[in-house]
Amino acid sequence: MKAKPGIPSILKTAFINALVALVLFSLMVGIRTEAGASGQLTYWTRFGELASLVGAVFGGSIVIELLRQWIGPTGAENLVPPAVKSGMSFIGRYLAPALLIFTLLVPVIFYDQRYILDLAILVLTYVMLGWGLNVVVGLAGLLDLGYVAFYAVGAYSYALLATNFGWSFWVCLPLAGILAAFWGVLLGFPVLRLRGDYLAIVTLAFGEIIRLVIINWQDLTGGPNGVSGIPRPSFFGIPLDNSDDGLAAKLDIEYSPTHRIVFLFYLILALALLTNWATIRLRRLPIGRAWEALREDEVACRALGINTTTTKLTAFATGAMFGGFAGAFFATRQGFISPESFTFQESALVLAIVVLGGMGSQLGVALAALAMIGGFELFRGLETYRMLVFGMAMVLIMIWRPRGLIGHRAPTVYLTKAKAISSDLVKEGHG
Amino acid sequence: MSGDKILSVDRLAMRFGGIVAVQDLSFAAERKKITALIGPNGAGKTTVFNCITGFYKPSGGAIRLTHDDGRTIALERLNDFRIAKQAKVARTFQNIRLFPGMTALENLMVAQHNALMRASGFTFLGLIGAPGYRDAEKRAIDLATDWLRRVNLLDRADDAAGNFAYGDQRRLEIARAMCTEPALLCLDEPAAGLNARESAALSALLLSIRDELGTSILLIEHDMSVVMEISDHIVVMDHGVKIAEGTPREVRDDPKVIAAYLGADEEEAAAVMEGGS
Amino acid sequence: MDYFTQQLINGLVLGSIYGLIAIGYTMVYGIVGMINFAHGDVFMIGGFIALITFLILISFGLTAIPLILLVVLLVSMAITALYGWTIERIAYRPLRHSFRLAPMLSAIGMSFVLTNYSQVAQGARVKPIPPFITGGYTLHESTDGFVIQLSNIQIMVVVTTVVLLALFTWLVSRTRLGRDMRACEQDQTMAALLGVDVDRTISMTFVIGAALAAVAGLMYLLYYGTVDFFMGFVAGIKAFTAAVLGGIGSLPGAMLGGLAIGLIETFWSAYFSVGYKDVAAFSILIVVLIFMPTGLLGRPEVEKV
Ligand SMILES: Nc1ncnc2c1ncn2[C@@H]1O[C@H](COP(=O)(O)OP(=O)(O)O)[C@@H](O)[C@H]1O
Ligand SMILES: [Mg+2]
Repeated sequence: MKAKPGIPSILKTAFINALVALVLFSLMVGIRTEAGASGQLTYWTRFGELASLVGAVFGGSIVIELLRQWIGPTGAENLVPPAVKSGMSFIGRYLAPALLIFTLLVPVIFYDQRYILDLAILVLTYVMLGWGLNVVVGLAGLLDLGYVAFYAVGAYSYALLATNFGWSFWVCLPLAGILAAFWGVLLGFPVLRLRGDYLAIVTLAFGEIIRLVIINWQDLTGGPNGVSGIPRPSFFGIPLDNSDDGLAAKLDIEYSPTHRIVFLFYLILALALLTNWATIRLRRLPIGRAWEALREDEVACRALGINTTTTKLTAFATGAMFGGFAGAFFATRQGFISPESFTFQESALVLAIVVLGGMGSQLGVALAALAMIGGFELFRGLETYRMLVFGMAMVLIMIWRPRGLIGHRAPTVYLTKAKAISSDLVKEGHG
Repeated sequence: MSGDKILSVDRLAMRFGGIVAVQDLSFAAERKKITALIGPNGAGKTTVFNCITGFYKPSGGAIRLTHDDGRTIALERLNDFRIAKQAKVARTFQNIRLFPGMTALENLMVAQHNALMRASGFTFLGLIGAPGYRDAEKRAIDLATDWLRRVNLLDRADDAAGNFAYGDQRRLEIARAMCTEPALLCLDEPAAGLNARESAALSALLLSIRDELGTSILLIEHDMSVVMEISDHIVVMDHGVKIAEGTPREVRDDPKVIAAYLGADEEEAAAVMEGGS
Repeated sequence: MDYFTQQLINGLVLGSIYGLIAIGYTMVYGIVGMINFAHGDVFMIGGFIALITFLILISFGLTAIPLILLVVLLVSMAITALYGWTIERIAYRPLRHSFRLAPMLSAIGMSFVLTNYSQVAQGARVKPIPPFITGGYTLHESTDGFVIQLSNIQIMVVVTTVVLLALFTWLVSRTRLGRDMRACEQDQTMAALLGVDVDRTISMTFVIGAALAAVAGLMYLLYYGTVDFFMGFVAGIKAFTAAVLGGIGSLPGAMLGGLAIGLIETFWSAYFSVGYKDVAAFSILIVVLIFMPTGLLGRPEVEKV
């Protein structure tokens, strides 16, 4: 290797970085503007903050340069030695069952901690969304930037059917999924022959269209005010409340609002596991293999007589359906929904979970959802800094592991032994 | 040329904007025979394949496929996946197109997609684990295993196709095409990049496909030792038109063919002479 | 008819701003094949820097409006260009030969960073400035009292756009940098073998794209009189839609797409409903792509098998 850069060169790099930072931050940080009482803009200087930021960049650059020398030129990949890697794959085998058992026990362990239960429900919702989108992006290799649209369709389907017609959650849940799948087919049919980034922008546009229609169609959706008073789910007909025919009264136990939270927890866990089960099964069926083959090479699929349009459509519709289920759950959990919950940021978050998880890996997606939502939650106190840190984390994680946490694919069928396939061989689709 | 034709190409033309890739091309392929399509690089052979297999829509002409039962299909009117699915024409590609992130076995399972889809009740029966589907899957694995054995890749069934050596990938692609149980197999330069031993094995494989399974083969090939050894009939193209056809012996002695190759490339011309003598 | 003409003018002005942003998307796409999701936010940063520079200059007692405009233009172009350069260095260059989705996610992350950076640094409230450039021309006054107005600021937006486009076309077609850019677009490996400094060319692409976005930011500030930290998202998506509509990778396409989106939006608001103007723009994008899968001026993709 080349000679290591000496101290002067490190200092020089740090100095240049600091200089760039000085120019970048000069006006944006050094000057603070605010509209005064009369609407007149005023400004004041913040040179102290500016100086400390530039200083931080200077110091940070030195640290990074030193670290880089220390680790070596190939960068972060080498941070994990092979022994640890093989150890990790060993853990990997037992990680999924262990995680599942732990998840099942969460309401028991944290029964008194409402906050943790709520957070766990949130994480599971994103696990489910991630698994749903994984069918589209991870398996079929179709880039969907508007997944949140199907989440919204599911949520509004349940909310409107329940508030207008009084239909129960258990009737609406399948309907929400079917309606979302229906919208998936409706969008997918004309656009799925588009390739790559054209498909990406069309799905993004579709997500925005759905959101804007919800905002504007006030008679139906309540517009920006959303839908409130959405019925809470019942335990198969028995309400989970304080009333005389509530579950607590029937079981002759003392009522506690936690019952409902625990019920919601197991409900979303069941829905997520259903998604997982269906995906694992589908992967081993011809349709699932066709999805993955499509991701690998669409032209070859056509030469083998696979109808690529319907194959893509089924992937799109399946993913949409799971999104619809998750949406219905979201509506019943919140009791209130509004278009604010269905922005592009949500789609991006779910996509980030899928990519970070390692496209196509069920365990990876679950871990990524836990890391992302949990990590996001850690910064709750810092409100405005939260998205800033989240964005930075996204950039850094992609640079660190462009292929996601779980970097291999498990075969769907084998003769003698299932061998993991390195993700370097796995394609990621063009559509 | 007499006998039972499986494929007849009639006045086929293919233009890309101003470029005329194929012009007024007519030939036929006989059932249960190996028909070779040869010609210098850029002659338009791959384009003919793409027209037959529906990847290009021909600018003119007709392509007819006649099945054993006498059913005739106009291939130029079907689009790609239907040609493989309904007309039972399978193909390989000049630039190998396997599913690199899937195992060899998975590649061959994907090839049986349509049969398995039907068996899985379009997924619904499969999802609930119906026994009928499980039997069908077992049979599909058996067929795949059989083909892996034929192409001598059985011990690598569970390895990712992307990790295979070049020659192995070529053979796997042929096995994958055969798993669709085609009536006509179209191979685009299957011997390209193979060494002499691999080429010989390939010839044997193709002959066994013809003789044991009775599958008709349409073959594009540059390796004249393979072409001359196994072809029943040869069609020679140059600059998009047919310049000669006949048995290997007839073609080898045709001065037009020699001139075409000489005009194209010294090495290829030498290959023609060598392969033929 | 008068109403129509007025809307046409408004639509063209809005379309010019979209077009300027769209060029940044299309350039980056053409050369590195990625959607630079952060580009809308670069536009927003450009607007903010212009605003802050204005404030400072005015508080220094400067009154000559042309001079102020010139300084603001140069400062915001320069600093925003540096933002473009830095973003490429930090978030995209390490991922240049990586998997397709990695740079896209990195770009989305970068977009979040910029949005929230500016929220943290400058607060969440909308920032208004007093109108700088006032006055205009009355083109036509009909008997029922309807007037067609062409304001000076509208003229300025369109003239600036045309001048920049001319400059930019010259840059791409006549200069060495433009030649290098086209070479990298065709084949980066080959370009590198022929002695093109690929890294530098890509950096310059981001720098130019960001500078154009800064101009768009300034125009937006002058035209609408406000900036806010969230304006990059909507404008960015619109401009990206414009780039795709025009055929991504095509520079005239970007401008054409920008004008188309600007006109659709304006006319839809004028004749149908304001609330659904974006729905109209996105729906037309989808419809166009169904019939022209590579946009209005995009090169059709040939599938070689
Ligand atoms: N999709 C396409 N677009 C434009 N020209 C093509 C296309 N496909 C093939 N061609 C042209 O057709 C001619 C024949 O090519 P090809 O069929 O690949 O030749 P061969 O397989 O005999 O070497 C070449 O000149 C090639 O450039
Ligand atoms: Mg060829």
